[in-house]
Amino acid sequence: MRFQTLRQLVELCRSESTTVARLMIEEQVKETGETREQVIRQMAEYYQTMKEAVRRGIEQPTASRSGLTGGDAGRVASFAASGDPSSGREASTAMAYALAVSEVNASMGRVVATPTAGSCGIIPGVFVSSQERFGWPDEKLVEGLFCAGAIGYVIANNSSISGAEGGCQAEVGSAIGMAAGALVEMRGGSPEQAMHAVGLALKNTLGLICDPVAGLVEIPCIVRNGLGAVNALAAADMALAGVRSVIPSDEVIGVMLSVGRAMPREHRETALGGLAQTPTGRKLTEQLRARKRSGSDEQKEPVQP
Amino acid sequence: MRFKHVFTIIGPAMVGPSSSHTAGAVRIGRVARQLLGCRPEKARVLLYESFAETYWGHGTDLAIAGGLLDYDTDDPRIPHVLEEARSLGLEITFEPSSGAAPHPNSAKIELWAGDRYAEVLGASIGGGNIEIHSLNGFDVSCSAQYPMLVIKHSDRTGILASITKVVSEAGVNIGFMDVDRKGRQGEAMTVIEMDSAPPEGMLESIRLLPDVADATIIDLAQRSGRA
Repeated sequence: MRFQTLRQLVELCRSESTTVARLMIEEQVKETGETREQVIRQMAEYYQTMKEAVRRGIEQPTASRSGLTGGDAGRVASFAASGDPSSGREASTAMAYALAVSEVNASMGRVVATPTAGSCGIIPGVFVSSQERFGWPDEKLVEGLFCAGAIGYVIANNSSISGAEGGCQAEVGSAIGMAAGALVEMRGGSPEQAMHAVGLALKNTLGLICDPVAGLVEIPCIVRNGLGAVNALAAADMALAGVRSVIPSDEVIGVMLSVGRAMPREHRETALGGLAQTPTGRKLTEQLRARKRSGSDEQKEPVQP
Repeated sequence: MRFKHVFTIIGPAMVGPSSSHTAGAVRIGRVARQLLGCRPEKARVLLYESFAETYWGHGTDLAIAGGLLDYDTDDPRIPHVLEEARSLGLEITFEPSSGAAPHPNSAKIELWAGDRYAEVLGASIGGGNIEIHSLNGFDVSCSAQYPMLVIKHSDRTGILASITKVVSEAGVNIGFMDVDRKGRQGEAMTVIEMDSAPPEGMLESIRLLPDVADATIIDLAQRSGRA
């Protein structure tokens, strides 16, 4: 890849009068030696998988394997459709879709890691709801995924996309930044505006710890995906309105790395701190362990908080 | 660069719930399986740090077992793989370990089948991507993102030239390469990550080279058979 930072990415787009998405497609072709058609076809398959996960999560609410979560996507979708959601119908639809994909993930269903499974709801939530709202063809969203991927590539190589390394800011935070930047570009914003969206979004998740109850990608991961989709929409709007990330986005990514390194082990996906170690978090963990010991791995009775 | 292209960020398609603890774990298991070269009869899995603390909640055990049966990351059989392993007579033990590990999500896998043995130390670094730190006791560094040629050989002058000559004559470009040896003139291992899957016959040619003890191909891009 010819870029390692967001600044370099914007400069390349400017000097070659292209978009982040199109530049990423070219770079991918060079890196893998595959044809442009092959690369786009692979991404198109991933987008179909994301859409299927949204549909499955909304239409067939399933409990997670643990029984701790499930059905919230349907609740929010109904509220968005029939009520008067405070965040507006579009934002709450994005939220419902993000919850849906995360619930499918928690039930060991099929998803695409974007950039991880713990954060797999945010990009589909933003993309699929925006597609419906603006009437975009699939091709536009597939291109948008390359833009999201380019942003994620920079974050992953200069910081982290692993909760075990950098906390939830590295997973949910990265996904929000990727979704926000891609949405800006899909809505006609410049590469520069897209990069500002990344910085604006990441600032709001710096320091977010990874503290899954019982170590499961459920509590609080699923709701963080729902809320993350709304954050991405908001950051994209700020950037499209002309708000700039005064601290350059590359420097914000650097902060994510240093905050992640300073984060205690308890808050990096070990389930030894945070929400996982609240009285209720510990109680749920103990109930699941007891069930595991009793050998009934397939959950029959849901664990009651 | 730890992450090399766009599909290490968007992707893989996978069964949930965790790209690091499920998809990455499938891949580490698959590397071990392919290094062994056949279905294992017995497996011992040591889990470190976050893997040790949270493996049961993430289905890391199911994922590694799936990898040992050569399943891909999105194989729908993963949730029920332990029954399948049992029916195939594969005995797997999972042991959380408090030892030091190269990364918070690390696993060491030991496999046995007849007189064959394989050992892999791997880490799951996020988004389903992995780093292999050791193969059969040799320190290596590879991602398994590309087809990998793993060669055990003696530490002799010119051996690398003769290996790379075979690879070059097969028309395969080398992306990354790593060599480790136990000592001068001792046993050595070379790992070659290739830009494309090698043509038929290349592996055989390498096995026939003087001073080569064994050679295997590990290719996680290959789709395994689905039931």
